[in-house]
Amino acid sequence: MTLINVTVDETAYSDDVEPRMLLVHYLRERLGKTGTVVGCDTSNCGACTVHLDGRSVKSCNMLAVQADGHEVTTVEGLAKNGELHPMQKAFHECHALQCGFCTPGMIMQSIDLLNENPDPSEEEIRSGLEGNLCRCTGYHNIVKAVQSAATGATS
Amino acid sequence: MTATEELPAAAPVREIGNARFRKEDQRLITGRTKWTDNIQLTGMLHLAMVRSPFAHATITNIDTSEAKAAPNVVTVVTGAEVAEEQGGLPTVWAINTEQKSPVHPSIAVDRVAFAGEIVAVVIARSAAEARDAAELVDVDYEELPAVLDLKKAATDEALTHPDLGTNKSAFWQLDSEAAGTGVSVDDAIAEARDNGILIEREYRQQRLIPAFMEPRSFVCDPTGEQLTLWSSTQVPHIVKFFISAAMGIPEQKMRVIAPDVGGGFGGKLQVTPEDFIAVLCARRTGKPCKYTETRSESLMTGHHGRDQWQQMTLAAKADGTVTGLKVELMCDLGAYAGLVGGGVPILGAFMYNGIYKFPAYQFNCNNYYTNKTWVDAYRGAGRPEATYAIERVMDELAAEVGVDPLVIRERNWVTHEEFPFSSVAGMVYDSGNYEAATEKAKQMFGYDELRAEQQRRRESKDPVQLGIGVSTFTEMCGLAPSRVLGSLNYGAGGWEHSSIRMLPTGKVEVITGVSPHGQGHETAWSQIIADRLGVPFDDVEVLHGDTQVSHKGLDTYGSRSLVVGGQAVVMAANKVIEKAKPIAAYLLEASVDDLEFKDGRFQVAGTDKGMAMGEVAMAAFAAHDLPDDLEPGIDAEATFDPVSFSYPHGTHLCALEVDTETGGIKMRKYVAVDDVGVIVNPAIVEGQVHGGVMQGIAQALFEEAVYDDVGTLVSASFVDYLVPTAADTINFDTEHTESPATTNDLGTKGVGEAGAIASTPAVVNAVVDALRQFGINDVQMPCTPERVWKAINSAGPKGDDPTEQAAMPHFDENEGGVQ
Repeated sequence: MTLINVTVDETAYSDDVEPRMLLVHYLRERLGKTGTVVGCDTSNCGACTVHLDGRSVKSCNMLAVQADGHEVTTVEGLAKNGELHPMQKAFHECHALQCGFCTPGMIMQSIDLLNENPDPSEEEIRSGLEGNLCRCTGYHNIVKAVQSAATGATS
Repeated sequence: MTATEELPAAAPVREIGNARFRKEDQRLITGRTKWTDNIQLTGMLHLAMVRSPFAHATITNIDTSEAKAAPNVVTVVTGAEVAEEQGGLPTVWAINTEQKSPVHPSIAVDRVAFAGEIVAVVIARSAAEARDAAELVDVDYEELPAVLDLKKAATDEALTHPDLGTNKSAFWQLDSEAAGTGVSVDDAIAEARDNGILIEREYRQQRLIPAFMEPRSFVCDPTGEQLTLWSSTQVPHIVKFFISAAMGIPEQKMRVIAPDVGGGFGGKLQVTPEDFIAVLCARRTGKPCKYTETRSESLMTGHHGRDQWQQMTLAAKADGTVTGLKVELMCDLGAYAGLVGGGVPILGAFMYNGIYKFPAYQFNCNNYYTNKTWVDAYRGAGRPEATYAIERVMDELAAEVGVDPLVIRERNWVTHEEFPFSSVAGMVYDSGNYEAATEKAKQMFGYDELRAEQQRRRESKDPVQLGIGVSTFTEMCGLAPSRVLGSLNYGAGGWEHSSIRMLPTGKVEVITGVSPHGQGHETAWSQIIADRLGVPFDDVEVLHGDTQVSHKGLDTYGSRSLVVGGQAVVMAANKVIEKAKPIAAYLLEASVDDLEFKDGRFQVAGTDKGMAMGEVAMAAFAAHDLPDDLEPGIDAEATFDPVSFSYPHGTHLCALEVDTETGGIKMRKYVAVDDVGVIVNPAIVEGQVHGGVMQGIAQALFEEAVYDDVGTLVSASFVDYLVPTAADTINFDTEHTESPATTNDLGTKGVGEAGAIASTPAVVNAVVDALRQFGINDVQMPCTPERVWKAINSAGPKGDDPTEQAAMPHFDENEGGVQ
């Protein structure tokens, strides 16, 4: 067991973890952050995407011990004082989700994408989301949502 | 289940037709979702599966001692230990009484029939410890010859199940002459051979994997009076029925809950070994047990879809008027007959004739077992295969006649004046307008301009050629009239149920027997009820997916939820109004006959006297002053058995660029004009079309479940199974025409599968359209750059040598071979 200190969604945690424990399992099983989900075991699907110190990472592709001393944001930490993050609003208003399983990771990746490139072309959005799979939407409305969030078009 | 934002100020009066933002979204975008894998119960144990690495083998010994001794392992269960208790997995649809169906144990007892089949289950205190210990279970196998190729399966050279004596599961035929719905197909073929056009083609429907995003998960809690199973399933009611029946658990002691379910596409239309095993292990240990599959397990052992060879013989007059269609189908069921299993191709049997006026039709289907993952429903289930084959072969006819593919379709399709139309397969299409949908699609697509560009590129020998693909489809969905299912030897009905609870405060709980997993039923059903009962959209709560709340239902698949389940909701709402009316009349001191119900109020005609539905609900709840002969309460329920299938249709057009030097394909434009009758929520419908179209494109260009020569699935991860990404595709242009259905009150038709049914042939027709100039008339799916490049380069230098046509075997050579 290894002691880690990690801040998740602005709360500090201190935990003994098995060195082999993945960050996503730590988030889900130890902290109850079940908004972040596991969709594959090869880091292809991106459903587990969170932010580590403000940059997107696939939390299935990282050990919990590697998050020691870092700050993690999950989809559960996006809304502030009951106010949705603009990307959450954009997904809702553009009907960019159906079953919603990919949504947490997709939203986290989309935020990262706009942080990097606030005014992306459609092609840049599509290639920026290449690491996140969705089976329901055909990506059409996801791309629209990111465009909408980029232009501040949400209500 | 959460409140949504307030209505925009200028909200339309009617909810139906309004692109409402979804009620479901709030929890999904904030991570407050209840997936099965999120469930943690006190003292819960975890399961790990030991799976066969061999496609076909005898189990000679299982040594569990080392695994049992591993840290925190509770026990290890083998098939032999539970052989009596576990029963067999259900097949609800033996396509005829002679169908051979091998027993399908949840845990293999003495033989495995596909790689990935469960041979033992480790129960431990944590998921990680269970998986660690699964590695320690020592299984001895004796390999048996494996049947891996569908066509070889038909020869019975090797047997998937030696005890069965054959690989053939069943044969099924639909013949229009015998059924009295048409004339002799053989006569039509003979006539066309001599005096007309005969098109003979063989198409391959590759094996696909549904690949829903949420891996399947199961939690069974054996404490309490009822055994409770949470399952990431599309079909909680069906799971409850079959687990009770197969394991001898009294039905009233079993409760199944489908909490939030992350997609299904038919892949969760199954009663799985893992459902059974979760129940078995919970009963044996007395503790809650949980199992969540990995993605590799999901791809390897969740049921697959498609996997057919289709031989099409189309007869036509010299001018391209169709005269007959004969279909010879070979279907791979994999190792076992699944829940719907062998019935999947039969769902396509009535659709090969498509929208065309064939006077003669014959459909012959042979189902075979192979030592591969079992095959069952996948989005469209039988109908995408049928639509693909007919739309491909209609293009061949157009090429033969030398006219545009749309011209040959127009020459043969049912015109809008001809509805209701009785098809040669015996279906009655209630409504539609193929001309209108096609015209709209052509306009949106810029059809003539793209054809002109295509011509320019051909003439200039541009290395990048343009292909234009057409798909004018219909499908049958809204499963299904119970009598029809009975006549097809299906083991259940096709009705749907709803009940409505009128709460004292005027709020409404709608209980539905369908089980959404991404479709947005909570939103759409609220819209229906808001209109019917005149209550605010946000005052409606839709409850589903828990057999204790929704006690009666047949769940979600086959684009049935709205057209069958929605109609049950409408009927239940009508009953609420009828029950409320005499109470309102009594309280208003008026005659029932003088009351009219409008916009949520009972109004006494010609006066200003009236009361709201909510007031009647409160009066019925208080029950202080009600007529003597009325029960206090206005709740109501209804069960709807459809009289007909639902027949959405549409025209999809696809333009793509084929790089003849690399074989690479780039989507250029995709237009979908669908007619799904009256639309309840346009945003939701559009989303369904987008997703469906994408899955159809995925079959055309990307996805295939590939086995190696010893029966190992090599595409068992998302590295190898190519679910398309955002970068692989383009935006779609979607529109609608509206021909209201005549078989339900809302006028709606199913939409869940339409996109996936329509798009595959549109895309492959486009690929072939670009390459036909090189003498190519088929590229096997998925049309990868490699296959396209090979097709071009085996066709000779830029199209001067059309070898493909000559290489096509004549079906007569095979006659009598495979029935």
